[in-house]
Parts: sequence; structure tokens; C-alpha cells
Amino acid sequence: MNKLKERAKELLTSGTVQVVVGYEKGTGERIRPAFITRPEDADRLVFDAGCHHNLALYLYKHETKHLGKIAVVAPPFVLRSILILTTEFQIEENRLIVLGVTPGDELIEFGSFSEIETWVNQHPVEMKEKDREILKQLSAMNSGERWKFWQNEFLKCIKCFACRGACPMCSCFRCTVDYNNPQWISVGSHQLGNFDWHLMRAMHLAGRCSVCGQCGEACPMDIPVHLLSFQLNEDILRMFGSRAGLTLKKESLLSSFKPSDVENFIR
Amino acid sequence: MAFVCNWCTYAGADLTGTSRLRYAQNVRIIRFPCTGRIDFLLLQQTLAKGADGIIVSGCHPNDCHYTSGNFHARRRWMVFRQMLENLGVEADRVIFSWVSAAEGAKWADLVNETVESIRKLGPYQKYKDMAKSLEEWEVTHE
Repeated sequence: MNKLKERAKELLTSGTVQVVVGYEKGTGERIRPAFITRPEDADRLVFDAGCHHNLALYLYKHETKHLGKIAVVAPPFVLRSILILTTEFQIEENRLIVLGVTPGDELIEFGSFSEIETWVNQHPVEMKEKDREILKQLSAMNSGERWKFWQNEFLKCIKCFACRGACPMCSCFRCTVDYNNPQWISVGSHQLGNFDWHLMRAMHLAGRCSVCGQCGEACPMDIPVHLLSFQLNEDILRMFGSRAGLTLKKESLLSSFKPSDVENFIR
Repeated sequence: MAFVCNWCTYAGADLTGTSRLRYAQNVRIIRFPCTGRIDFLLLQQTLAKGADGIIVSGCHPNDCHYTSGNFHARRRWMVFRQMLENLGVEADRVIFSWVSAAEGAKWADLVNETVESIRKLGPYQKYKDMAKSLEEWEVTHE
């Protein structure tokens, strides 16, 4: 952690970067994202297992971008998000310095994005035990039971869009749900509106989810929305043999195709 | 409800007509430039508006008028169908098919078979009940 503070201080003093995006202590036991612009503030930076926000979210936002060059404190899930955002032309390599941090308190400074690519491929991600458990139950259910499960969950949804706000992949200036002519998704938090919203969100994240689980973490009603994407991710791996966030190749799942894609339902 | 592409299936359905083949009449055909244009939100809306079954059809692989639209569509369908299954929607109500401009008879068979299988499944009451929540919401929020 001290190494991280020192490095941040160094970068800011030398003027290499104008802002360091990291974590700091918030109110109570909470951790919150921090935007450090002065070297003397670098001591506020912390990093531990409680740092769960996906900071990739702030890397393409106007408010941080206009400060100048950015350095970001990046646990593994942020690294994967950075790779996806790079393939989608949201992040430029020469405007970002990545300070990789591992749970083992190591600091890895990546010279280039291809080094990140190598690193994330060597360190596969593990799902949380609890999530794995629910996914197992879900896949054992039949269609009707799954319907019931998700309907019950979506019933709680208040359409606050915190899941969208927490996700770095939701980088559109205007989300489909905000369009009202035509209105694709009803804005009210009733059964249909909630269902349509979550189905659409999961579809728009198909093949792009970096499995950080922030959408579920952000949900004030404790809906496991992240499991929709997690489950689809597993299916995509099975169907197409690829996972998002492990490559710098500029072809996302749904904007590319292979003539050899195999399905079993088209007549 | 049938979503079809202009170049193959729509022409195929035309051939069915000019060949004087009879088929089930309770299908409403909507013409699209390409299967690649058929957004999953359209399918979502169709179910929400009370359709019990959907046919989506276009050119066979490698025959797309725009070279690759149907390949893109195929990927999207694979993911979308999986998504529906994960959410517990009856994915058998959405039928995907390739029907070329020369396959008038296949189109007739496809529609007949689909209508029959959807009839067996009955009205999609679960989805309709869910969609009712929108009406109720609109009434209370006037």
C-alpha cells in the first residue's frame, strides 16, 4: 500500500499524470472512489479487499478526462474492464497509466495494455462461493421455476438504475431505457417494465461483462442482477469459447461472427 | 407474428401465395430489410403486446443479400434465446428459421407447424399477466 502511495505521489509531482483515480476511506467502514489531483493528498489512498468499486467507470467520463492524463488503481476486475473499454474505443492507451494491485498487496505497473492482456490471462478470475451456489441452483431449475425466481427478484426492483450507474460497460451517453419515442422500455417499476429493463440490460452486456459484480453490489434492493450476466457469460463461453476482458482484439461478440457458429434451434 | 427479411423469406412467402398454397391465416408478416435488422427489443415488445408465438426468418447462411447480416443475426439469436431460457421465458414460442425465396412450400410448412405447436402450448398467459402490470400502472399514474 505504501508503494502505491509513493508511486502516486511521484506521478503527480513529476506531472506525468494530473489525476490518480483510486480508493479512499469514506464514512464509517465504507470505501469510496477517490480522485487525487495533488501530491500531498496521495496519502489518502488505500487498498484492501473492501475496495470493490469498478474504477474503470471513471476513465472515459468527461469529468475525469478533462483533468488530463489519468493514473488508475486497478485490481484485476478493473484490468479486465480496461481491456474491454479499449476494444470499444472508449479508452486511449497513451492517456492512461495503470497501477495494477493484487489482493496480495503487490503493485504492478503495466507498461502497455498488451502486458495487461498477458497478466489477466495468467490470472483467471474466481466467482464468489455464494454466486456459484445460486447459479448452480438456477441451472438445476426448470423453466417455470426460473421464471418464478426472477419474477420474485424483479418485483423488488425500484428502477433506480444503480446497476447501470455502477457498470463501466454502460458507457452510452443515452441509454435505450431513456428513449421515449419510441419507448422501448416502460419507465415505471412495474412487473413488465422491470422485466424488460433487466432483459435488455443483460442483452446489451452480452459478451462484454467483465464479471466484477458491481451491478449486484450497487443494487439497493439486493437483487442479484449480476447473476444474469454471469450466467450468460458461462453460456457464451460454452457456445463461442470466448470470455470478455481477456483480449485486445477489436471484435466484440455480437459485432462479429463466424460462419461456423453452431446452433441447434434454427429450422 | 412473423418477422422476415425482404430478400428471402418475404419473397418465399410471396411464392407460397403465387403457388396457391394454403396455410394458416393467423400469421401477420412484417417485412424487414434483413434479419440483421431484427432487434431483440422488437421480439420483447411483441411478446409484451400479447403475441403467443413469433417466427423469425431470413436467408440461409451465405445467402444474405448484405453478405453477413444473417450471420450477425444468428449470433444474436443464440445469445437471446439463451437469455430467454435463463429468465424462464418459454423459448419454444420463438421459432427461428431459414426460408429462401425458392422455398414457398417450406414457408407454408413452417407457418402450419408453428401455429400447431403454439396452439398446443396455448396462450402465453404468464407473459400476458406480466404485461398487464403496464396497463395497471398507466391507470394509476394518469
